[in-house]
Amino acid sequence: MSRLGRKLSSRSRPAAEGSAFPLAAIFVLAAILAAAGLLAGQTLSPSPAAGPIRIGFVAPLSGAYAQNGRDILNGMRLYLEQIGSQAAGRKIELIVEDDEAIPANSLTKARKLVERDGVDAMSGALLSSTGYALAPYIESSRIPMIYPVVSADDLTQRLRGKWIIRTGYTGSQPNHPFGEYAYHTLKLRKVATIALDYAFGWESVGGFQRTFEAEGGQITQKIWTPVSVHDFAPYLAQVSRDVDAVYALFLGRSALQFMRQYQEFGLKKRILLIGAGPTTDEHVLPAMGDEAIGAITALHYSAALDTPANRAFVAAYRGKYNKLPSYYAESMYTGAKWLVAAIEAVHGNVKDREAFLQALKTVRPADLPRGPVELDAYGNPIENVYVRKVERVNGALQNTVIATFPRVSQFWKYDPAAYLRQPLYTRQTVPPPPALRQD
Amino acid sequence: MPSRGKQAILAVAFVCLLAAPPFFNAALPDLASYSVGLLTEMLIFGLLAMSLDILLGYTGMPSFGHAGFFGVAAYAVAVLSVRHQAGFWLTITVGLAVGILLSAALGLLVSHVRDVYFLMITLALGMVLWGVSYRWIPMTGGDNGISGLPRLETHLGIPWSGPLPFYYLTLIVFLGCCALLTLLVHSPFGLTLQGIRESESRMKSLGVNTWLHRYLSYVISGTFASVAGILWAYYNRYVSPTYLDLTASSELFLMVTLGGPGTLAGPAIGAGAIVLLKNVISTYTERWLLILGAVYIVTILWAPQGLWNLGTRRRSKP
Repeated sequence: MSRLGRKLSSRSRPAAEGSAFPLAAIFVLAAILAAAGLLAGQTLSPSPAAGPIRIGFVAPLSGAYAQNGRDILNGMRLYLEQIGSQAAGRKIELIVEDDEAIPANSLTKARKLVERDGVDAMSGALLSSTGYALAPYIESSRIPMIYPVVSADDLTQRLRGKWIIRTGYTGSQPNHPFGEYAYHTLKLRKVATIALDYAFGWESVGGFQRTFEAEGGQITQKIWTPVSVHDFAPYLAQVSRDVDAVYALFLGRSALQFMRQYQEFGLKKRILLIGAGPTTDEHVLPAMGDEAIGAITALHYSAALDTPANRAFVAAYRGKYNKLPSYYAESMYTGAKWLVAAIEAVHGNVKDREAFLQALKTVRPADLPRGPVELDAYGNPIENVYVRKVERVNGALQNTVIATFPRVSQFWKYDPAAYLRQPLYTRQTVPPPPALRQD
Repeated sequence: MPSRGKQAILAVAFVCLLAAPPFFNAALPDLASYSVGLLTEMLIFGLLAMSLDILLGYTGMPSFGHAGFFGVAAYAVAVLSVRHQAGFWLTITVGLAVGILLSAALGLLVSHVRDVYFLMITLALGMVLWGVSYRWIPMTGGDNGISGLPRLETHLGIPWSGPLPFYYLTLIVFLGCCALLTLLVHSPFGLTLQGIRESESRMKSLGVNTWLHRYLSYVISGTFASVAGILWAYYNRYVSPTYLDLTASSELFLMVTLGGPGTLAGPAIGAGAIVLLKNVISTYTERWLLILGAVYIVTILWAPQGLWNLGTRRRSKP
């Protein structure tokens, strides 16, 4: 190595004054010392025996998905505040990490939470890619993880692990009943779909297509847009004139832009707009105008859900953050409730990881904003799916619930084993519906 | 003279790298595995940054698609080990070969241009590689990536496993690559590359085939980037298109610029500093990007030649 050093520096650059070396050396040494100091400083937090229960949280808090990540964090913080950050007589400490929605960063942060902070459970994550990236690490570190939002089907299906519990939904879950609803109640026969071109889009559209076509409907067109889409003109121009409805899936900025252009193209007057819940979710709805009115979507939550639990949640959320809760916020709020219920079930003894995990899988917290929820044997919730219609009530847009499908599982009416033998929904193919359960 | 001082720093750094894990184990047992993991990340990105510097600093070709080779090698490892259950040696041989062949092929397209044109073409090629990883779904899994790679230690078949063996393996590879790169940059070939950076027309008039030199420099740089990519795939046991997107390439660019282009130690220091800053600052504040940005600006203002060249005044270009 010293040879390396000599060789390196013998690339003599001209005009080095005598002061050059000390400056550089001091800087590098200072950097090393600072690094050592920072690493050492981190020990100050004691490794807890009876200290607080530590919950790690990873989500994008900067970058393109920061807003969604913040909503998730808001849901977590709201619930912890409501219970005074106490459960089973122990304090709960939340450790927040920003992953910028880059899977490799999420992994680094998760390692930090587990190996440095010694967390007892983790939660968060937004994108499917993050969900898949973390899964092997979670399994090997044996720390329970709550996925409130990550909706990639296979995480609780073909590639499921033991330590991951989902309190949100799978991409196809609300779309299975919605496909049947579209055929029978909305009387649609031909539908065109337009959606973001990634796993979440494929799974949402796939779920809808599978049940809609099983009933006798027909998806005549599938249009995919890049995730970074800016202008919908080339895509909307492709929509054929003879469809009964357009099914859309967009998020955030793309949802706002889509709604505006759907109206500008004169399609809103002629063709009913339906879609996946996030398209009109409360994270974008307040920023939309009349162009959104009448859109019908399906999701496991609506901020306009008229139950005492949800009214209380919405009021509390509005009070703290001065806006409507999105499904991201509700999902993490429910996830936090889930964690705390499990902590109480094991009387705060979270170090017994197996017992803690068992408690997470069996608890059924009551009074959730979205209604009753229980976990299936695969770690995914069985919950109500709401069909919602955008209406203007008292001057503000809301997702009015117009139909409820109770207790919807990720496998819909199909037999789980038969369902899992079918391939995952992808861009091109949607497998035929598996044989219905005989009951 | 700077030479002796820098030599001393490198010697100290080497001892630190060697002794750090046992030190962590003794001093901070709770944090050992996390700290060692962070050091491993620094080494991998240090190697990657050094490989880019062969192009950027030594030959003067600013590549904006360098993360492409890194990512493609990582994907090769993932596809072989997960989908085809290939053995360790086959996996890394193919991973390396894919990186080399790809850089050899792309090098034909880019080696005839310079400066901003080179930057634009490599940027475009980098985007193409990213697009392939994102859209060739049957092979790459698209946006979801490929997860569940075997552990390096078990795949290799060594009896130890955990962060520590992985770290020392990475260190061995890192030092091996350092030695090779050092030999390279001080060989007549390496000096010719620097000559091309300073004045291509003079090198041409001396009878040097400058195209061939630039081409080989591109291939060599891609090869070392592939080594880093292979390590990174094993380290995370996961690959995704974000490994080769524009953000990754530009961050790499920043690592080299921050540390000091035209040196080998500089980029490694830059990479280490950025990995450390990203992970340490972000645990203390949500506004960590602001601080990182400030660090970049301060470096540009007061150490425009990078940290390693601090105080060394570079001869102004003709």
